[in-house]
Amino acid sequence: MKKSNLVLLKTLAWIACLWPFAVLAWGAVNNTLGADPTAHIELTTGYTTLMLLTIGLGITPLRRVSPRLSWLIKFRRLIGLFAFFYATVHMLAYVGLYAGFSVQSMLEDIAKRRFITMGVTAYLLLIPLALTSTNWAIRKLGGKRWNLLHKLVYAAALCGVIHYWWQVKTGVLLPLPFTVAVIVLLLARPVLTWRQRRKVRPVAV
Amino acid sequence: MLIRKPSEFPSSAITPKDEYINRRRFLRGAVASGLGAGAALLGADRLVDLISPSARVFADTKLQTVKSPLSTSGEQLTSLQDITHYNNYYEFGVEKDKPAQNAGILPTRPWAVQVDGLVKKPKTYDIDTLLKFRPLEDRVYRHRCVEAWSMVIPWVGYSLSEFIKDCEPLSTAKYVQFLTFYDKKIDKWGTQETSIFWPYSEGLRMDEAMNPLTLLTFGLYGDVLPNQNGAPVRIVVPWKYGFKSAKSIVKVRFVDKQPGTTWQQQNAREYGFYSNVNPTVDHPRWSQKTERRIGQPFYAQRRTTLMFNGYGEQVASLYNGMDLRKNY
Repeated sequence: MKKSNLVLLKTLAWIACLWPFAVLAWGAVNNTLGADPTAHIELTTGYTTLMLLTIGLGITPLRRVSPRLSWLIKFRRLIGLFAFFYATVHMLAYVGLYAGFSVQSMLEDIAKRRFITMGVTAYLLLIPLALTSTNWAIRKLGGKRWNLLHKLVYAAALCGVIHYWWQVKTGVLLPLPFTVAVIVLLLARPVLTWRQRRKVRPVAV
Repeated sequence: MLIRKPSEFPSSAITPKDEYINRRRFLRGAVASGLGAGAALLGADRLVDLISPSARVFADTKLQTVKSPLSTSGEQLTSLQDITHYNNYYEFGVEKDKPAQNAGILPTRPWAVQVDGLVKKPKTYDIDTLLKFRPLEDRVYRHRCVEAWSMVIPWVGYSLSEFIKDCEPLSTAKYVQFLTFYDKKIDKWGTQETSIFWPYSEGLRMDEAMNPLTLLTFGLYGDVLPNQNGAPVRIVVPWKYGFKSAKSIVKVRFVDKQPGTTWQQQNAREYGFYSNVNPTVDHPRWSQKTERRIGQPFYAQRRTTLMFNGYGEQVASLYNGMDLRKNY
């Protein structure tokens, strides 16, 4: 890919990733976040986190399906870090607008409410990934170990989806699209590996 | 019947009522000046409305109401926009803004409420009979959703007890069950977006139903109920979580055993039969100690939830001797 195209695409990716936050910030300043602004902030940031995690999980399978898409790797860190950014806003909104900055009520929530336990778990899993996202950290850890560590994102995405299911009422199917997407993208990995091996074998024999 | 088609229009396209009325006055003038040839296209009943210079400016939807001592005072009313665009009515979509978009197709006329079960004689009430059955009262009530948000809504209706007396339930009737309109071709979102078993069913113990606060509701803000708020007739039980207040009722059944209710069937641990507003009993997934008032800015929404939603004086005695932790 040409350098100028890459710069353009990166700019667009930044704008796209910042867009939901910009809309929220604008709405918060002008008090146009709808009837229940607290819930709107919480739902939008949670949804965007899951969306970005899902998109991020799509990059590796796409690259393996088509070598022509290998440039997608240049966007994975950006998407991952924005997922972490939205997860952080999501957490902060919970801490401030739901728990009212009360440590006691947060501990109570984490102990008593499984959807919050699951959400916090997902967030904790993302923290080491965000911290080791620099080139320096990759070099320091070495590619293999870094790759292994970043497999944690699979667990984080699954925890995120479970968190969503446990948050909605029984019988509400809103989390279904994310669930299917995440499962397909996770299963795509072993399936693609298996297909590659099958292709390779006859040549080797 | 001309108001209720909100589906395809953004709220910005809705004509403010004053302007609308002015427009109609203008039209009436136009008809009177003999320019009304095309008015026939509007249909006979509208034509009558256009030509006769009656006082019923908003005859289709405006309700005549009287004051009520049971109305809640000292609360800032939630805006009509928020009351009508932030709804849980899963038959018309599970997201809050969907019922306002989708409920337009609910056929509210003709409408009948069937009464059966343990009654002297099963009966059917036409909606227009019900509307005239007792004087309609303005009743402002706090509305507390189990999801921990709240509103203040100026409902219009009369005590359900008035209606129940006319149903002549037998002394063996211990509970009353309400069933919501359901037609899977019309309420298609309910089947597409949830795995809930329809129709929506709710119920009250007889003494709860007979409490004067329990409102048989036909309108809000002085107008008939918008479809998304449960047109043409619903129950409002202000001391219970919102889902206890069944919408768009087609059947009232008197029974001797606690009836199965929709959310209890979905998840009995989270939604009890009583579901009284109670800040000391948490929902398994969140605390009920506080609530978010709808329509306030995000930093000013939180407020303390009141026992029985602030209606303890009128209803606490219904639960004397009951463990409200067990009977959540």
